[in-house]
Amino acid sequence: MSKLIGSVKEAIEKTGLKDGMTISFHHHMRNGDYVLNMVLDAAARMGIRELTVNASSIFDIHEPIIEHIKNGVVTGLECNYMGAKVGKAISKGILAKPVIFRSHGGRAGDMENGSSKIDIAFLAAPCADDMGNCSGKYGPSACGSLGYAFSDALHADKVVVLTDNLVPYPLKDTSIHEGYVDYVVQVEQIGDPARIVSGTTKITRDPVGLRIAGLAAQVVKHSGYLKDGFSFQTGAGGASLAVAKYVEEMMEKEHIKGSFCMGGITGYMVDMANKGYFDTILDVQCFDLKAIESIRENPKHQEISAMRYASGAAKSAAVDSLDVVILGATQVDVNFNVNVHTDSNGYIMGGSGGHCDTAAGAKLAIIVAPLIRARLPLIVDEVLCKSTPGETVDVVVTQRGIAVNPKQKELKERLTKAGLPVKDIEELKQIAEDIAGVPKRVEMGERVVANVLYRDGTLLDTIKNVL
Amino acid sequence: MKILKNAVAGTLESSDLFIQIEPDEKELTLEIDSVVANQYMDSIRAAVLDTLKEFDVSTGKIFIKDKGALDCVIRARMETALKRGGVETL
Amino acid sequence: MRRTMLFLPGNTPNMLINGDTLGADTIIFDLEDAVSPDEKDAARILVRNALKYQSFPNCEVVVRINPTDTEFWKKDLKAIIPLKPDVIMPTKVNGAEMVSQVADYITEVEKEAGVEAGCVKILPLIETALGVEKAFDIASADKRVIGLFLGGEDFTADMHCKRTKEGKEIFYARTRLVCAARACGIEAYDTPFTDVEDMEGLEKDTEFAKSLGFAGKAVISPRHVDIVNAVFSPTESEIEYAHDVMDAIEEGKRQGKGVISLRGKMIDAPIVKRACQVLEMEEAIYGGACR
Repeated sequence: MSKLIGSVKEAIEKTGLKDGMTISFHHHMRNGDYVLNMVLDAAARMGIRELTVNASSIFDIHEPIIEHIKNGVVTGLECNYMGAKVGKAISKGILAKPVIFRSHGGRAGDMENGSSKIDIAFLAAPCADDMGNCSGKYGPSACGSLGYAFSDALHADKVVVLTDNLVPYPLKDTSIHEGYVDYVVQVEQIGDPARIVSGTTKITRDPVGLRIAGLAAQVVKHSGYLKDGFSFQTGAGGASLAVAKYVEEMMEKEHIKGSFCMGGITGYMVDMANKGYFDTILDVQCFDLKAIESIRENPKHQEISAMRYASGAAKSAAVDSLDVVILGATQVDVNFNVNVHTDSNGYIMGGSGGHCDTAAGAKLAIIVAPLIRARLPLIVDEVLCKSTPGETVDVVVTQRGIAVNPKQKELKERLTKAGLPVKDIEELKQIAEDIAGVPKRVEMGERVVANVLYRDGTLLDTIKNVL
Repeated sequence: MKILKNAVAGTLESSDLFIQIEPDEKELTLEIDSVVANQYMDSIRAAVLDTLKEFDVSTGKIFIKDKGALDCVIRARMETALKRGGVETL
Repeated sequence: MRRTMLFLPGNTPNMLINGDTLGADTIIFDLEDAVSPDEKDAARILVRNALKYQSFPNCEVVVRINPTDTEFWKKDLKAIIPLKPDVIMPTKVNGAEMVSQVADYITEVEKEAGVEAGCVKILPLIETALGVEKAFDIASADKRVIGLFLGGEDFTADMHCKRTKEGKEIFYARTRLVCAARACGIEAYDTPFTDVEDMEGLEKDTEFAKSLGFAGKAVISPRHVDIVNAVFSPTESEIEYAHDVMDAIEEGKRQGKGVISLRGKMIDAPIVKRACQVLEMEEAIYGGACR
């Protein structure tokens, strides 16, 4: 027996893809992904219409989806993150039905509890055998962890694995196993390796970014969480990585041995684990070649699913055991609500990813961002989109001061006592406006172009069209 | 005062702006393109017009590409452009 | 307190606006080397406006002007002085006359602008062989002079020798400057460490400068600020000791003792002076929150 079939077209026929169905994709190929476009092009050629696409993330490389939306091939879109190119089109209102935004944990949870139903999942796999055992760790398009794809494999009615690296049965080190897979398609390339991962991820050189990172590391130090058993997550962005570097220096100085680091994993976190600062790496996604090599070779470097990472519907998820998470923001309001979905003009250019999941789970959620970006103040009266509720955000760190959520009285006291520049969030807002001037409120349209669901599936906010 | 010759000032880096000015005897043309137009266009325009007034310039062509410059930067670049364009200091 | 003096290019708005957030005690808006000749006008106006419209509550502001043998320096002063920067840094200072020349013109502009006379200080940049030899004259040339500042790059060029990381070639200049400054009761500040990536080298070089008596050091990269600050900051044990000295003095006074000793050592005037300096720095760095 073999599940190998000849083409994407054949996969579409065999799985019985019909008008109105929901198909899903994972985003481990990031901005190098060929699979989503490949499947949609084939479906369009076959005259299939009114598809709902549930992709864990949409990147700029998926720009062709705009045409498919205009032509009625795609009429529904669900994702956890959306890059600026497709985001702009959505904000302009090209899709009649509002996009559904979830978090990484929310997507996994909604699939688990059945509120998000997938008819057919198309899984890009950097290596697979002809029965569908697959992994992201090997092959020319290696991406490391396949964390976000597990829910799709588990819960979709039909599962198609697409690979450009077919290996003899059985694949030795399987992530998603054959029991979930209906068909395997060999394609020439599932993605552009240069854009799937970065060669190396580098710490920011921007002096202001480094300053903010330095302050954030001080917050971590004086929060009381930086002790043996410390668990930590930080993003791959230059400033977040810089926090990791400063935290590492402190761990070295104080001889602290952490328990685990998590999230999108970079070579930087791998180095920290290898130096003994963390026992375990929980990896839902690899960001660079070093992380991929590590997940392949190092038994302490574990691949975890989105469910295990962040689901709010599970009995527990790893985020619940997280001490500190470092997160970014495009806007923060005076109630500590954070926007990571839109830019300051209201155009969609991001999404929650694991933002609200980790903020909710971690004991200490720190937002790092410059107080002013190209004249625009970070802190506003009301964010254009509430991506992460203020109740779950503990500290906002900027180069001109640190705001502590008023409900964290003890933390505020600790940081103040440590001599850190703690200020009220309103004061920070005022400082920014004194420098940049008061920005005029951006008027959005009346039409809802996206619904933002919280990690428990409830409606958190809506995004309106841009005029 | 009049703009006597073409001149430029500033850069296209973030937090800066690039200004081009040209002489025009008859009217004032002001074109502003800004990354923060939605939030700050009124304030940018006011800073530009204010500087023109300060130098008693009422005609000329002024083209601006703004990358999120503060008012004090806008005023500095305008002053530089005007002086380079032959407008004397008052 | 000027542990770190961070150079910021005078024609880069982003750096001017954020310069005071980078942790340096002093920022130097540079109108000289960091600005190309055809942008001197733009930088001068930009720095003037930054001083006029922005406030820099967290640090001292120095403006480095162009050399007195150029057409720019008077224009620089004329534009900048009315905005009362804390300090003006004249460059390639060769002798007392040059300081007087700058000081006189500052006085003239202060008068014109109606600015309180003498409020702008001078920190001469010494970066020639002649300047080093005349260090004492320069330090005592005018009451505006608050310190001497060594520029190692130009100095070694003038000396026809190679600038190295070890810095043996500037050893004489360094000690001479510190001595001249101290002889006049002012401070000396060290030349920047120019390898932006070499943090270990930076720390070593800074520690050496401190050991010679420098009160601070220029930095050309914001990434150097923390290390230089740390070297020139009193250590926890130094702070602890300074508090103990003060406590012992209080205690001695209360008990009416003439001679006070601490940890078996007599506390004399230099120890008290040093303790006061440490406590002043503690207050400036931590706002007294440390204890």
